[in-house]
Amino acid sequence: MNAPTSMGARPPHLLDFQDWTPERLKAILDNADTMLQVLDRPVKKVPALQGLTVCNAFFENSTRTRTSFELAARRMSADVLTFAAGASSVSKGESLRDTLEVLTSYKVDAYIVRHHAAGAAHLVARYSGKPVINAGDGRRAHPTQALLDAYTIRQEYGSLEGKKVAILGDVRHSRVARSNAELLPKLGAQVVLCGPATLLPPGLARMPGVTLTTDPKEAVRGAHAVMALRLQRERMSGGFLGSLQEYADTYQVNDTLLGEAESGAIVLHPGPMNRDLEISSDAADGPQSRILKQVENGQAIRMSVLYHLLVGRN
Amino acid sequence: MTPKAIILTPDEVRRALTRIAHEIIERNKGAENLALIGVHTRGIPLARRLAEKLSALEGVDVPTGMLDITLYRDDLSEVAQQPIIRETQVPFDLRDRRVILVDDVLYTGRTVRAALDALIDLGRPAGIQLAVLVDRGHRELPIRADYVGKNLPTAASEVVKVKLQETDDVDSVELWDMEALR
Repeated sequence: MNAPTSMGARPPHLLDFQDWTPERLKAILDNADTMLQVLDRPVKKVPALQGLTVCNAFFENSTRTRTSFELAARRMSADVLTFAAGASSVSKGESLRDTLEVLTSYKVDAYIVRHHAAGAAHLVARYSGKPVINAGDGRRAHPTQALLDAYTIRQEYGSLEGKKVAILGDVRHSRVARSNAELLPKLGAQVVLCGPATLLPPGLARMPGVTLTTDPKEAVRGAHAVMALRLQRERMSGGFLGSLQEYADTYQVNDTLLGEAESGAIVLHPGPMNRDLEISSDAADGPQSRILKQVENGQAIRMSVLYHLLVGRN
Repeated sequence: MTPKAIILTPDEVRRALTRIAHEIIERNKGAENLALIGVHTRGIPLARRLAEKLSALEGVDVPTGMLDITLYRDDLSEVAQQPIIRETQVPFDLRDRRVILVDDVLYTGRTVRAALDALIDLGRPAGIQLAVLVDRGHRELPIRADYVGKNLPTAASEVVKVKLQETDDVDSVELWDMEALR
C-alpha cells in the first residue's frame, strides 16, 4: 500500500492521466506549492531523491522541457543522466529496446522520455521496469505540461472547478491540447478546443468535459484562461491552412479576441511561440500573460511529479 | 483501550511549558532576537504557546514559524508509504536570530537532524536550540535537547502520545503499549 486509499492506488508511471485519480493529481499540484517555496530559497535543493539516478532520455529535440526536468531532478538531489538521441547510437540505427538495455545497466532508477512516436513512453515503461515520466510522445500526450498549465490556472483562481479554458490553434498536432483536454475536466474545468476544421480532429469531442468549435469568439467567450498553441508548421505537409496570414487574422490570440473572455482572463502558451502568428506580442507580453509563470511553475510541477513517482516505492 | 500511564496532565503540560519559557529567557538573557520554529505537527502549537509565554513574561513578540521535514527525512528511499508534504512557513529572516526548534517528542534524533538540515537551508541563524515536551531516550544520533518538559525513560515497545488542545482537544502525555495500539 503506497498511499491513503482515498487517492486510489498509485500508478507506477506518468504516461497520461488514465490511471490517475483527481485526488492524486490535486496532490501533485498541492506539493508543487512546496516545491515553488524551495525554488525561492537561498538553497534551492532538498535531499529527497538523494542516491537515485534519473535518466533524461530525449529521443526528440527539446530545450525547455529537458532543462526543466534536469533541473527539477537536480533540485531533488537525484543524479541525472542526460541522453540525447542525436548524439547517441540511436543515430547509428540502435533500437529503442537495445538503447534501454544499455541505460538500465547504468542502474537508472527512473526514466523521463521524450519521443517523436506516440506510445514510445509506454514501450519504455514496459521494458525498463522502472517508473517512466512521459515528457511528450508524438501527438499523443505531454502530461507534465498539462499539469503545469492546470497549476498556473489554479494559482490564479484558487481552483479549477467551474473554470472555462479555451485552447486555440493547431489542436491536431498538439499533445499539449490532448493532455489538457484529458486533465482539466478531471479537475473540474471545462475545455473548449478551437481551430480551423482541418486542425480540429472531431474525435476529441467525445472526451468528457470537452467541446470543439471553429469559432474563436465562441471559444473564448467567458473563458478564464486562453491558451494559444504553436502552429506546428514542421508537422504539416500542406493542405491544412489557406495561408498563415488568414490563420493569424482569424485565430490569433490578441487583445481583440481577449476582449471576449472573462475580465482579467489569463493567457497561456506552452512555447516556443511564433510571435504575431498564433499569439500577438501584446498578448504574449501583456499583463494577462502568465507564459513566463508557466515556465517557472514547470520546474516545481516536475519536482512534485518526481516526488510522487519515486518516493515510497521501496 | 486505555493508556499504560498518564505522564502529564493538562496542568502539568502547562507548567512544563512555563518552566521551559523561563529557562529560555534565563539562557538567552531575555527574549530579544529569538524565534520559535515548530516541527509539524504538534511542535507548531507548542512553539506558539511558548511564544505567548515569552511575550507575557518579557513583553517581546517572538516570531514563530512552522517546519515540515518530509523532504529531508533520511529514510525516504526506504519508506513503504509516500509521506505527505506539509507546509513550511518561516516568514522572517533567520540571520542573526537564535532559533529555538520545538517538537513534542525527542526519540531517535532523526527528526531533529532533518529539521536542522531544513532550517539551515532556509538561512543562517546565529544559533539553534532545541526544546521538546518529552525526551523518551533511545537516541540514534548525537543530539540532545536544551529544554525538556519531561524526561521519560521508555521501552522501545512503548509509544508516547502527546495530545494538545489545538490538535486533539485535550492536553496530555500518555504512555501506551505498542501492542495495545495495533
